[in-house]
Amino acid sequence: MTARRGSGAPRRGAPRRGAAPSLFDGGDGAVSRACVTVRDAAPGESVETALTITDLTQTAKAILEGAVPPLWIRGEVSNFTAHRNGHWYFTLKDASAAISCVIWSRDVPRIPAMPDDGMQVMAYGQLSVYAARGQMQFMARALEAEGEGLWRKAFEATRARLEKEGLLDPARKKAIPRFPRRVAVVTSPDGAALHDITSVIARRNASVDVVVVPAAVQGEAAPASIVAALERVARWRGADVVIIARGGGSREDLWAFNDEAVARAIAGCPLPTISAVGHEVDITIADLVADLRAATPSAAAEAAVPVLEDIVAGIAALQQTMIAGVERRATIARRDLRRLAGDLSIRARRSVERRRARVQQVAGRIDALSPLNTLARGYAVARDAQGHALGTVAAFSPDQPFALVLRDGQVGATVTSVHPGAGPTARGVTG
Amino acid sequence: MNFEAELNRLEEIALALDRADLSLDESLALFEEGIQRLRSASEALAKAEGRVTTLVEQADGALEERDAGN
Repeated sequence: MTARRGSGAPRRGAPRRGAAPSLFDGGDGAVSRACVTVRDAAPGESVETALTITDLTQTAKAILEGAVPPLWIRGEVSNFTAHRNGHWYFTLKDASAAISCVIWSRDVPRIPAMPDDGMQVMAYGQLSVYAARGQMQFMARALEAEGEGLWRKAFEATRARLEKEGLLDPARKKAIPRFPRRVAVVTSPDGAALHDITSVIARRNASVDVVVVPAAVQGEAAPASIVAALERVARWRGADVVIIARGGGSREDLWAFNDEAVARAIAGCPLPTISAVGHEVDITIADLVADLRAATPSAAAEAAVPVLEDIVAGIAALQQTMIAGVERRATIARRDLRRLAGDLSIRARRSVERRRARVQQVAGRIDALSPLNTLARGYAVARDAQGHALGTVAAFSPDQPFALVLRDGQVGATVTSVHPGAGPTARGVTG
Repeated sequence: MNFEAELNRLEEIALALDRADLSLDESLALFEEGIQRLRSASEALAKAEGRVTTLVEQADGALEERDAGN
């Protein structure tokens, strides 16, 4: 830290020989008399030259500010008050001493979080005098806690708010597309992060487009700039995925990525988001809100973009699977067809055989009924000249010629007499 | 259909064809669709140039891409 004189550095008054030791003589003789009207005697040397309290405190203030350049002090916070007027008041103390401190409202936004009472902090600022009370006062412009306590406190406070609203819920994270054609990158257009991302993407897959969405990634304007860039990406919708990136830096450099507005813009982005801020060890609120956290910008590019050769090989494999699948299906269809054809011919053959068997069966029955079989057993049939069977006595008349058909031929005969009455069985019994 | 959706659909088709529990007609229809999608996906890959552009907002709020300066 360089010691520099404040603008209110006291003018060095000429020491006057023989004068009584001045109330304001410092060790190095740095004495301010700028605000004291010098007459006969030095101010305050006599009743006549008594100083007003305003003069006194202003002189003390000028001396203190001149003698002690802005510096870092350390101590424990107590009695912390964030006043309505925006200023912060507290006391810094150690075992044996204490000093009142103030942080003016214009310096408050640069401090990540309010310190808690009991916190060990380092404050940078100017030792001064609070005239209204005649008290020594330290005007702090920066505040840091041991172990980055204030940053952590601010981080945890923001995280708790977002968590309560469900913005960190894993269920609301969008899937990162597997085959993006166009990657938007919200980052500084001339930062190392962009260079890393474009070269990794070019190496892995030269067919993927990169759209740079410029944003300031550090400094007080960074949060608003990142939010605006994300809004443009969301409105444009020309990309498949968004990388929000920044190269490595100090905790303070990366602070924009812990900003609540940035976190909300990431959470509200309609496109899948990948955060890549700083190095592997740096975890920011943006990382928690993004759909995917990459350890570095290069890792983000790798996560976003698959290797072109892998895609080409994947497409070829899909083609093979499809061809094999459809061929297998066709083979099954051919087999089914052959089986059906076989079934059909078997059925046809069976059907013919069934009919043939039926014909034979019927033929057998007809055979059994045939009179020829009866003749074969020794019976005869009488027929008239026209070949009509003469089955009853009434068909005969005396002297009528007829034929007797026998097993092995015919015999011509003539009726000698006709006797109606008893049938063949009765005659057989009586005859 | 974008590239991502095209590849997802291709995977679906390949999976369905691989399972072989489809009718022959369904199989052939899927295969035909698959071949068309394979062709258009390959064409999309071949056509892409891997450009690096910058998204610029016009005064009227319109957004346009410009070639990133080297």
